[in-house]
Amino acid sequence: MRKLTTPFIVLSAGMLLAAPWIINAAPYESTMGLVQKVFYFHFPSAILFLVAAIVCGVHSARFLFFKNQRADGWAVAAAELGLVFGAITLVTGPLWARKAWGVWWVWDPRLTMSLVLWMIFAAYLMLRQYGGPGSDRLGAGMALFGMANVPFIYVSVNVWRTLHPQTSVVPTLPTDMGIPLWFCFAAFTMMFIALLNVRADLEHKRARLEALYLAEDEA
Amino acid sequence: MRLLRVCTVLIVLLAAPALVPGLAPQVLANGDQPQPPKEFVPVDEVPPGEQIPAINLVAAAYGFVWLVMLGYVWTIARRLGTVEAELASLETRKR
Repeated sequence: MRKLTTPFIVLSAGMLLAAPWIINAAPYESTMGLVQKVFYFHFPSAILFLVAAIVCGVHSARFLFFKNQRADGWAVAAAELGLVFGAITLVTGPLWARKAWGVWWVWDPRLTMSLVLWMIFAAYLMLRQYGGPGSDRLGAGMALFGMANVPFIYVSVNVWRTLHPQTSVVPTLPTDMGIPLWFCFAAFTMMFIALLNVRADLEHKRARLEALYLAEDEA
Repeated sequence: MRLLRVCTVLIVLLAAPALVPGLAPQVLANGDQPQPPKEFVPVDEVPPGEQIPAINLVAAAYGFVWLVMLGYVWTIARRLGTVEAELASLETRKR
């Protein structure tokens, strides 16, 4: 997988460079017009934001219940990517909303729960950075709460009244809107996988470095 | 006692938006709220009467994606470089 990291980053960067031309060729949406094109960046980053929460939660559970130290490295990497993709989601969303809804933000369930999940990631990373001994186990528990939030975020637009487009939008997309969406989704996903690998590698190397320092102190 | 004071201040701060008129979130009655879109309908032309230039918002969204991605790749590369250099020097010292 490590060998694929550089090609993935280069290919996804190339695809993101080409994306404006492909998105430009897509038709306008009837009620929102040009601003709806933010959707092609917003949707992939939002999905990967939720995927990051699941990856972080699953690896945290492996660390917490099976004492798998390497899983902790993957959890930290996923949390950081969750923060990055969450920031993209939470910035591109209001840019779209300003035009489509007339406001930057509304406190509806989808938006509020997404912000809460982003704050859980931020709190998790701050805890890991400054929490001291035991913060790894405490952080793992916190990541499980973050993962539990994911299904609620996903179904919130179908269950509660909101202005946010429902989950039925993507399966019913016409082909000429679907092509740019899945093109951008592939680019974002490749970037996500590559960055997750590199970031987890960094965390594993840090753990090795710490172990070497400890061994040196004991000797 | 100090904890009690801190808790009281926190409760007052959290309750303030609900107590002060104008700060409370505007709740629309169910009948007033527009329906959320269930599907996107494509058209060939931009609808007339676009008040806010949407191109600025779309460009800002695209620019932000690039800014965040490049910034993040740069921070990972920098941190990885530091850790790898430290690891290499420690392993050389051990030998």
